[in-house]
Amino acid sequence: MTTELMPLWEVFIRPRNGLNHKHVGSVHAADAKMAMQAARDVYTRREEGNSIWIIPASSIVASDPANASENFDPAADKIYRHPSFYDIPDEVGHM
Amino acid sequence: MAVTELKDTATDALTNTIIQIADDHLILGHRLSEWCGHAPMLEEDLSMPNMALDLIGQSRALYSYAATLENTGRTEDDFAYLRTDREYTNCLLVERPNTDFAHTMLKQFYFAAFMHPLWQGIAKGSNETLRGIAAKAEKEIGYHIRHAGEWIVRLGDGTEESAMRMQAAVEELHPYTGELFTVDESRQQCIEANVLTNIDPVKTVWDSTVHNLFEQAKLIIPEVPYPQTGGRQGQHTEGFGFLLAELQYMQRAYPGASW
Repeated sequence: MTTELMPLWEVFIRPRNGLNHKHVGSVHAADAKMAMQAARDVYTRREEGNSIWIIPASSIVASDPANASENFDPAADKIYRHPSFYDIPDEVGHM
Repeated sequence: MAVTELKDTATDALTNTIIQIADDHLILGHRLSEWCGHAPMLEEDLSMPNMALDLIGQSRALYSYAATLENTGRTEDDFAYLRTDREYTNCLLVERPNTDFAHTMLKQFYFAAFMHPLWQGIAKGSNETLRGIAAKAEKEIGYHIRHAGEWIVRLGDGTEESAMRMQAAVEELHPYTGELFTVDESRQQCIEANVLTNIDPVKTVWDSTVHNLFEQAKLIIPEVPYPQTGGRQGQHTEGFGFLLAELQYMQRAYPGASW
């Protein structure tokens, strides 16, 4: 099965109404319709969800692992960006 | 004729018909399960056994109901595993060998396109237990039409080789489709009791489903001078004995074995 005839599709499933679609894996298929059937057959056999999204894997733009340290390390010491330094008045209640 | 006697004939007709339908599902499900671990790609290796299990599940529901109606102590397992070849009344189409992916998908499609309108009729019919089974089965079989249908379009309108194989499957299997629409005495009684709908509208729906798909798939329906029938009378094709040998092996070797 050549990758050219059967490209890769990424599959996202929404487990329940109100939740987000979550990446669950991928399938090989000739086109969108077949990819949708394959996704249904492979990833929803155990009632995993009620909605499926698929996208061609080639459409995903991924960050370059080589840039990981530039991209992500600078956030490591900016602890003040977490909104956890405020005293919440009692009247506000649970947030 | 006494009233009880009339009742018995009606129950017998219902039981026979249910067993016919159950046999179709069990044998087609078993054939499809033969692909498990052998499919050309992982996605199909999951989806074919999925569909096989849909079919076998439907046969279980039907056999259990037949056992209740028969009321002789036989169970679903007795029907599925402990009859001889001549006692199975499935149509010949469902026992045909898988041959290749084109044959397999076409066989599934022909049968699903037949069962879908039949289940729809049963779901609106007079028998409550069957209505329940039909409601579930109709959804499952609806997906089988779609799954097999999409493959048939892509293979029929695909490469030179896939088109050639798809048309060869049509030539080979189309002569077996007529038997789907035969109505014996038992079925006729079920139709009269409004358990099943008339066969004509089922045939009309089947014809149009097949025509529409074949147009997209660029397939030609062949002339059938000699339709292949006999399964409903227990006269099966050569490969059927081998199929049963595999299907029944476990219960024959270890009678009463359970999970």
